[in-house]
Amino acid sequence: MSSSEDSALEALGVLGDPVRRGLYRHVVGAPEEVGRDAAAEAAGVSRSLAAFHLDKLVEAGLLEVSFRRLSGRSGPGAGRPSKMYRRAEGEHTVSVPPRSYDSASRLLAEVVERAGLDGELQAAARTAGESEGRASEGGTDPVEVLRARGYEPFWDGGKLRLNNCPFHALADQFTALVCGMNLAGIEGLLDGLPDGEGWKASMDPLPRGCCVALEASGEGRTSSPDL
Amino acid sequence: MLAPVNAFHLAQVNVGRMLAPLDSPQLADFVAHLPEINALADQAPGFVWRMVDDGGADSTSLRPEDDDDLLLINCSVWESVEALHDYTYRSAHLKVLARRREWFERLAEFHHAMWWVPAGHRPSVAEAMERIALIRENGEGPEAFTFRAPHPAPSSSPAL
Repeated sequence: MSSSEDSALEALGVLGDPVRRGLYRHVVGAPEEVGRDAAAEAAGVSRSLAAFHLDKLVEAGLLEVSFRRLSGRSGPGAGRPSKMYRRAEGEHTVSVPPRSYDSASRLLAEVVERAGLDGELQAAARTAGESEGRASEGGTDPVEVLRARGYEPFWDGGKLRLNNCPFHALADQFTALVCGMNLAGIEGLLDGLPDGEGWKASMDPLPRGCCVALEASGEGRTSSPDL
Repeated sequence: MLAPVNAFHLAQVNVGRMLAPLDSPQLADFVAHLPEINALADQAPGFVWRMVDDGGADSTSLRPEDDDDLLLINCSVWESVEALHDYTYRSAHLKVLARRREWFERLAEFHHAMWWVPAGHRPSVAEAMERIALIRENGEGPEAFTFRAPHPAPSSSPAL
């Protein structure tokens, strides 16, 4: 076993504990940095237990930490700055038996890019999204379907934004191609989902996360924006 | 305290060959998006200047090659590579970028180049096309590069 495989397994092994996994999911799903108290509350554990597990996640390289004074005060009497947690940049992948879908996808993307087949890729993504939407099990609420696909949706005013780009490294290298594919896939998904009616997806990138944002008109929205 | 003023700015040029004339139905959506996308650039952090034709709104009536009626040029100056990158890939500009093949041919050769210019310099069409020629001839280097391997700004003051 290679050393990179070892380090990936060590990092991911830390997520084996269900409490830790819950804390990790809460932190990475939040659009902003998360403090210990908020993470403890979301995971339903004590502050000290949350602190212990959050630091394990930092040691494993899955989260990063910074310090911030929550009170907004500074100088003497302002108290100690709080530890704030956010997702670490690195990606960890391990596959048994070994698979290299990422290198295959880079090669395929390069060929599609060179051949100028953006339109064909978008059509394929739309069709795939539609059939996945129609076949979607375990709920047809677009928010939950996007969450299940790793987009980490969150409400930002009237817009549903996606905190995670599932195609990050590929989108970085082939931005126009892959972001166009992603938008078409999400549009297809909304078309296929019974509850997707009234939803509209569009390109609206923020500095981080997926470049697509969604809006639901009237009855389209089935979840509270506060969630 | 005054912010330090960069001695060099980043110039960029890209050319694109339209699939049909600018006034054709096929290009209508592209043309319709131009005012929004150009206004977005003008207000983008780190934007310095963009080339416009005699009409003054955009550069769509410029033809950088005499014998090619479908070739458009787009040239602009930015404070940094990051500023240009954020506008290109992390703004609403991405929505037209993702539809590029509805309007523009895929060019096999380099169609994009970046280079450093003394702050205040405004590249001409001929100068911009020279950079395209340079990157086609020599590949990416300090004189003409792309986002794939950006070169840092020269460290010395520009010789004017």
